[in-house]
Amino acid sequence: MEARRILTDPSLSFAEKALSIKSGREVRAGDVAVVDVDLTLAQDSTGPLAIRSFQEMGLKKIFDPRKVFIFLDHTYPAADEKVATLHTMVRDFCARHACNVVEGTISHQHLLEEQVVPGMLLVGADSHTNQAGALGAFATGLGSTEIASVWASGKTWLRVPETLRITLEGTLAKGVFARDIIMHLIGQLGEDGANYTSLEWTGTRLSIDSRACICNNSVECGAKNSVFAPDQLTVQYLRARGRKPMLDIQSGAQATIKEKTIDLADLEPQVTLPEHVDRVKPLSAAEGTPIHEGFLGSSTNCRLEDLQVAAHILKGRKVKAGTRLVITPASKRIFLQAVRDGLVDTFMQAGAVFTNSTCGACVGTHMGVLGENEVAISCSPRNYTGRMGSLSAQVYLASPATVAASAVEGRIADPRKYL
Amino acid sequence: MNGKAHVFGDYVNTDLIIPFRFKARTNDPVELAKYCMYGIDREFPKKVSKGDVIVAGVNFGGGSSREQAPVAIKYAGIGAVVADSFARIFFRNALVIGLPALEIPGIQKQVKAGDAVAVDLRKRTLTNLRTKKTFQAAPLTGFLRDLEAAGGLAAYHKRHGKFPWEPGKRKTT
Ligand code: SF4
Repeated sequence: MEARRILTDPSLSFAEKALSIKSGREVRAGDVAVVDVDLTLAQDSTGPLAIRSFQEMGLKKIFDPRKVFIFLDHTYPAADEKVATLHTMVRDFCARHACNVVEGTISHQHLLEEQVVPGMLLVGADSHTNQAGALGAFATGLGSTEIASVWASGKTWLRVPETLRITLEGTLAKGVFARDIIMHLIGQLGEDGANYTSLEWTGTRLSIDSRACICNNSVECGAKNSVFAPDQLTVQYLRARGRKPMLDIQSGAQATIKEKTIDLADLEPQVTLPEHVDRVKPLSAAEGTPIHEGFLGSSTNCRLEDLQVAAHILKGRKVKAGTRLVITPASKRIFLQAVRDGLVDTFMQAGAVFTNSTCGACVGTHMGVLGENEVAISCSPRNYTGRMGSLSAQVYLASPATVAASAVEGRIADPRKYL
Repeated sequence: MNGKAHVFGDYVNTDLIIPFRFKARTNDPVELAKYCMYGIDREFPKKVSKGDVIVAGVNFGGGSSREQAPVAIKYAGIGAVVADSFARIFFRNALVIGLPALEIPGIQKQVKAGDAVAVDLRKRTLTNLRTKKTFQAAPLTGFLRDLEAAGGLAAYHKRHGKFPWEPGKRKTT
C-alpha cells in the first residue's frame, strides 16, 4: 500500500487516512485496524496497573523504550506514602527498561511541547490523550493492560471511527474563548453524542493553545479522537521547537462524514452546571452563585493564553475574602514562563495560590480538594459527583476568564465586564 | 450465570464507579473492590453476591480511562454488566480485563432491582427470570470475540503466548 496514494485520496477522512497508513492497508469507518503505535503514555494512576499487567503477562521486553513515556503528574509530588510507593514502582520500572519517566508536569501538555508531531499515532492510558490532535496527530485513550500490551508489541487495534467535521465560522466576541466553543458543542451533542467518533475541526483559525483545549475537552462528548489538521501555525509551532511533521494528513474533500457549523460570533460565555459535563448553559444561568473555590488549572485549560487573560482580570484586584483561587499551570514550562512574564506575581498579589503542574484539584487527590457542600468554579474538564473531593461538593465548569472574574466577586461572574 | 440484578440509571461515569483518590493509592483489585460504586452507594460491595449482574442505562462507564473501574466491579463479585450502551474506553477495558459487558439497547427498562437474571455468555443474552423475557446483545466480531471467550487479554496471552494481533508466539528469554 502506498502512503502517498492514501494521503491524496479525496474519499478518505483524516481518521481513515491515519489508520490506513498505520495499519498498512486501506481501511474505512467501521473496520478494525491493527496499527503501529508511534508514542505511548501512561501516568501515575494508570502506569502502576500497566506495570503490574506487564509483569503478570510475563512480558519482558519493551518494543521501543524511546516511545514509552510514563508521567508522574496526577498526585505529584506524592501526597502520601501510598502514592510515593507507586511512584517508586514507576521509576524502578522505567530505569530497568530504559523508558522515559517524566516528573512534575502534566503529560498531555508536556507531550505537545516536546514530542507530538502531525501524523503521529499516539495512545495513552488517560482519556485526555485526545489533546495531541491539536498538532494533527491521531491520539486516543486506552486502559492500563492495553498500554502494557502496546509496550510489548508496539501495536494495538482500533475500530476506524466515523467522522464529524465541525466548521467554525466568524470570530469570537470579547470574553468568549475556545473553552466556550467546546463546552457549547458538548452541551449540544450530550456526553455520549460523539462516542466512537472522530472530530475534525476546521474554519476560523485558532491558536495552538486553543486547539489543545478543544481537543482535550472533546472526550467529554465521547470523541475517540479530535483533530486540527496541520496548517501554517502548526508548522511554526513545530519549527520553534526543532521538530518536523511525520505525515501531513488532511481529510479528503469527498470523505463520508457528518458536518456541523458553529457560528462563533453568536456564542456567549458558557457554564456547565454540576454533576454532568453536558449540562451546558449560557453563563447567565449560574451568575451570582456563591463559590468557595475557583480552580484555574488542569491540562484542559491552564496554558499561557489562559493565564494571560486571568492575570489581566486579576491585576490590581483581589480574590474575594472567603473565596480561594487555586492556579495550577498545565506544564512546568508554562509555570516558568508565567514566572518570567510576571504573571505569577500578579496572581500572588491578588491573593491566589499557585501550585506546581499536577492533576491535583482536577481529580480531587490533593492541592485544592473540595470539602462537604463546597461549591467551586473550575476550568478543569469534569464536574462529576465527587470528582474534586466530597460527594456533596458542587462543581461548575467555565473558561479561565470566567473563573478569574468569579474569584474576584466570590460568586459566578461574567468576565466581559473586566475585559 | 445466574444472579440478582443491581439496576443503575443513565450516565454512570467512572468517577462514580471508583473515585480517583482511592484508585490512585493502590493496585490491589480486592482493595479497589471495596470502593465499587462509591459515588452512588457506599454499601454496594456488601450487597453483591458472586455472579450478580449490573444492569444500567446509557453510556455506562463514561469519563476517564481508568481500568480500575471494571476491575473494581469484577472483584466486587459482579459477573457481567449489561447496559443500554457503554462509553468507548470502559467497554474496551471490560473486555480486556475479562468483565463481560453486553450492550442491549433498552435493557434498563426491562429489569427491576432484585430481579433474578441469567446471562448466557456464549449466546450473549440476558434472560429476566421474573418476566421470562430474553434479550439479545450485539455480537462481537473478529478477535474481540476471541478475547471475550478467553476471559480477557491476559488470559488470551497466557493461552496463546501472543496477543491476538500478533502473528507468531512471543519469544520468552
Ligand atoms: S489535569 Fe485533569 S484532565 Fe488533565 S490529565 Fe490531569 S486529571 Fe486528566
